[in-house]
Amino acid sequence: MSSNAKLLTLDAGAWPDTYGEMAKPRMGFFTDTSICIGCKACEVACKEWNHVPEDFKGFTGKSYDNTLHLDADNWRHVAFIEQRLPAALDGDTATESLVQIAARRELEEDSGLDTLQEGEGLRWLMASDVCKHCSHAACLDVCPTGALFRTEYGTVVVQADICNGCGYCVPACPFGVLSKRKPDGRVWKCTLCYDRLRDDKEPACAQACPTNSIQYGELTELHERAEARLQEMQDAGQTSARLYGAHPDDGVGGFGAFFLLLDEPEVYGLPPDPVVTTRDLPGIWASTGAAAVALAVGIAAACIGGRR
Amino acid sequence: MPGLGTSFGRGGATTFQQDLQNSDVIVIQGSNMAECHPVGFQWVMEAKQRGAKVIHVDPRFTRTSAMADLHVPIRAGTDIAFLGGIVNYIIENERWFDEYVKHYTNATTIVDEGFRDTEDLDGFFSGWDPETGQYDISTWSYAGTEEHTAGGHKEQGAAVSGEQAHGAHGMKLDRGRPPKEDETMQHPRCVFQILKRHYSRYTPELVEEVCGIPKETFLQVAETLCQNSGRERTGAFCYAVGWTQHTVGVQYIRTAGIIQLLLGNIGRPGGGILALRGHANIQGSTDIPTLFNILPGYLPMPHPQAGPDLDTWVGNTSPRTGAWGDMRNYAVSLLKAWFGDAATGENDFCFGLLPRIDADHSHYAAINRMLDGKCPGFFVVGENPVVGSANGRMQRFALANLEWLVVRDVQLIETATFWKDSREIETGELKTEEIGTEVFFMPAASHTEKDGSFTNTQRLLQWHWKAVEPEGDARSELQWTFDLGRRVRRKLAGSTEPRDRALLNLTWNYTTQGPHDEPDAQEVLQEIGGRHADGSFVEKYQDLKNDGSTSCGSWIHAGVYKGGVNQAARKKPHTEQNWVAPEWGWAWPANRHIIYNRASADPSGKPWSERKKYVWWDEEQQKWTGYDDPDFVPDKPPDYQPKKNDIGLDALRGDSPFIIQADGRGWLYAPAGLMDGPMPTHYEPHESPATNPLYTQQQNPLRQRFNRPENPYNPTDPEPGWDVFPYVVTTYRLTEHHTAGGMSRTVPILSQLQPELFCEISPELAAERGIEHGDWATIVTSRTAIEARANVTDRVKPLRVEGRTIHQVGLPYHWGPGGIVKGDTANDLFPLVLDPNVHIQEVKAATCDILPGRRPRGPDVLRLVEDYKRRAGVKVVGE
Repeated sequence: MSSNAKLLTLDAGAWPDTYGEMAKPRMGFFTDTSICIGCKACEVACKEWNHVPEDFKGFTGKSYDNTLHLDADNWRHVAFIEQRLPAALDGDTATESLVQIAARRELEEDSGLDTLQEGEGLRWLMASDVCKHCSHAACLDVCPTGALFRTEYGTVVVQADICNGCGYCVPACPFGVLSKRKPDGRVWKCTLCYDRLRDDKEPACAQACPTNSIQYGELTELHERAEARLQEMQDAGQTSARLYGAHPDDGVGGFGAFFLLLDEPEVYGLPPDPVVTTRDLPGIWASTGAAAVALAVGIAAACIGGRR
Repeated sequence: MPGLGTSFGRGGATTFQQDLQNSDVIVIQGSNMAECHPVGFQWVMEAKQRGAKVIHVDPRFTRTSAMADLHVPIRAGTDIAFLGGIVNYIIENERWFDEYVKHYTNATTIVDEGFRDTEDLDGFFSGWDPETGQYDISTWSYAGTEEHTAGGHKEQGAAVSGEQAHGAHGMKLDRGRPPKEDETMQHPRCVFQILKRHYSRYTPELVEEVCGIPKETFLQVAETLCQNSGRERTGAFCYAVGWTQHTVGVQYIRTAGIIQLLLGNIGRPGGGILALRGHANIQGSTDIPTLFNILPGYLPMPHPQAGPDLDTWVGNTSPRTGAWGDMRNYAVSLLKAWFGDAATGENDFCFGLLPRIDADHSHYAAINRMLDGKCPGFFVVGENPVVGSANGRMQRFALANLEWLVVRDVQLIETATFWKDSREIETGELKTEEIGTEVFFMPAASHTEKDGSFTNTQRLLQWHWKAVEPEGDARSELQWTFDLGRRVRRKLAGSTEPRDRALLNLTWNYTTQGPHDEPDAQEVLQEIGGRHADGSFVEKYQDLKNDGSTSCGSWIHAGVYKGGVNQAARKKPHTEQNWVAPEWGWAWPANRHIIYNRASADPSGKPWSERKKYVWWDEEQQKWTGYDDPDFVPDKPPDYQPKKNDIGLDALRGDSPFIIQADGRGWLYAPAGLMDGPMPTHYEPHESPATNPLYTQQQNPLRQRFNRPENPYNPTDPEPGWDVFPYVVTTYRLTEHHTAGGMSRTVPILSQLQPELFCEISPELAAERGIEHGDWATIVTSRTAIEARANVTDRVKPLRVEGRTIHQVGLPYHWGPGGIVKGDTANDLFPLVLDPNVHIQEVKAATCDILPGRRPRGPDVLRLVEDYKRRAGVKVVGE
């Protein structure tokens, strides 16, 4: 039982050790949503390269988002968050109209302009979401066929020729990334362009991104870059900016594809504190095992007792 | 674009997108750059990350606004009031860059005493002739010039306007100087004082009243712009068709030109005006034009009154001084490129074989002739006018009145299928079996299937190589056009008719290769780039001669094949050269990336500041040097003075950066070159819910109207019935689609991203009309009614204009009856009414009504529109 539990929870241990000399540095994405312009080039490049089929949801009315979420047919998804905010964020001036705020400003002294989000009472956030390639990936834990595996780059990939469509991984993902493709029946998701990586090329979405909102590279280096960018933004007064999925101690051991967000993850429809859904499995297995033993002992005892 | 051409000399962007990273402020207006030019927008983001301020002025809050520091909602069609307000702010508050303005612009020039301003004549400049509806522009000239209207303007008239005004860069000036100047800029008739008076009523209060922009917001923009201009700082303007597609579009761009000249932002890094083009090769298709009224390199097309000989035409259309002073060199070299050995000095280099234009032959004029049954055939290449052009109904009725129609496209677009799927079939106005038009659809090769070049938004030629052969019957434009020419010439072989000489004398002998007999595209580029008589390639346009010893298909491209190297195909990575990247592709002219860059140095040739260093005079080497190719005579010292009777570039002083202009200066005031005035003036759009508060003259008096039953106009305020169409309607594009949709509505993975036509309206308007978000809405004008999904959003704001609330309706125009995702066509709503200079349609501002629910089907929609027209009292000539 204990060896089984180890296999379930310590998949991270499978990489890089199991690859030996073939192991590569862990590769990932840093998606800086502060410079995402919502062009959806990532969605298109991904579909083009990976032959992901079209998926018509019609006019959804959700801002400019007609993709809605990640699934088997959408491996990149640009979220559009259109919100009206209080016209002023600084305390008792909250009731001022925009015109009043503008009038209040000392124009001669103020060479700068407040960011639009603060100034106009309206914000339109854009963010390109993708599979997080978790350090502790529950999808990988629960896959009975080994179709899901961790590559030499530390990424999590579904092998289409092995997936049997059982769907165990679908509810296992804390982000709802995985789904089955109709009518195919199998599960499809972002591979971090495994084929391109093996040819020393960056993933299609990162290459297509015109503003470098999607950055690809060695995860450790991306972390450094992200910290520096965050510092820069916070110094510029964007105090609600934060990194999401950059910390190795979070519920999934950090993401291979992490983000810089301008507000709480919930604003973007992301779980604030994701947890690998298989985290409690060892405990559950242990309890189940203990219960089973106890039950067996009890039954045996009863049987023995009954013969008495 | 004559807005840029008359201001600075050339009709191209003055800068390049990469240079935006050096800007301290970027004003994006009339453009949705993040959505329509996402790749170039990275440089705006670079600048912003560096601390530059980004301002977006637009009726809607778009993806560009979301990235900007400030979004300024504006009433569509009022940009001159806004920009004129900035001009007034600069002058009133003495914020202009004095040394730049005095030396590099025509601010000091004294204007003819007969000139009268719109301020004096209630919306008209002097010279208005109500009989012809045109201006006699003689009083607009510089005082003391012998010949009031040199340069193209002898031939200027309603029929022959616009781009050929590029040949009109001034008048005959001795030593490149205007006869009368006032260095102090105090003379009441000097350009500066005229400008000051002209814009004195464009106050922040007026801006608020006209544009619906709160005074404080306007002041914030004006002040930010001023603070980020000068010796140490520079600002840039970016515009696109949000400025051009108006009845005063050219003058919008002129106003930005005035601002940038006053602030000293032209010819300097981080400055400039970036004309963002609508397609990958729009710049290229005006440089080597698909337009009816210019020849390659912006040489004017001759008119019947141009006279039979070359020299009369050259004399009439070019000034003696400035780069156009050498026009005969360019013209003769062009004729040699086209007619080869047949062009000789004895026969005027076949000048007589060039066609003469006797009238407006632009797209819309041609459509009108088709409707009148006077134009039997039509080639449509790389265009989908029944979706992309104004008044789609009119377009379709015109096509149905042809004998034959040839459509070449990569997809089977609606222009080729109008006879079966247009809305007029549904309404019963057209019947398939009664349409006599014979339609030929010719499948076209895409850019990956042919060699060639794109000239992008910044005049940069980038070569692309064929990756695969085109499939099936698809062929490149080059192959098809070449083959068509060969076939026609075969038919004409042996003809002695004078009219056939032009075709028979053409050099039409490119080498062909490959399975489809594809002409060698590089041979075409070689012809464009120019050769000496011995076959060697010319280096630069200064090499061109007027005696027939050089040939050059487009003088502005001279040198694109210098040294026998396809300069446009160079692809040296930016990491291996300076930030200007001169070895990536090739920019006309002479691979200059920022043009007029002599202005990046002060009159004595020193950089204005270390921070804004670009091109400067090297005293030791006695030549201009810097990061870019100097847009100047390379060894002309800053203190150079021309001698009497010097011509061409020799006639311009060493401190004259605008070398195309006869006086070498940027034109705050354009004495020639534009049909509708030397200075931009606020006129309301042709259809508007507001009254022009400045003049009794409501709209641009020269706008081109087409009074016919297919083209009714909504009444405009203050005419009775205007309030039947109380809302402003404007069109635009989305990142997810390409223009008229031929290349995106046919692609599933693009179509899914924006699958349906929607209209963007404010919550307030939705409440006023009872429209629910996500439901259908019907938009009505006197042309037609269309349906769209309602996208009710805070991103569209109602504006306070003249004490009333004005609502605006936004419509992307990508849809039509064909393709994977179908929808009504927004351009069907718009009337045909044009800018007088370039014949461009006003589809960025008109009026409409909006209703909840879907539009009526079949002929019922006609009844709905008729009812509206009756209520509004719409009168149509000929009905």
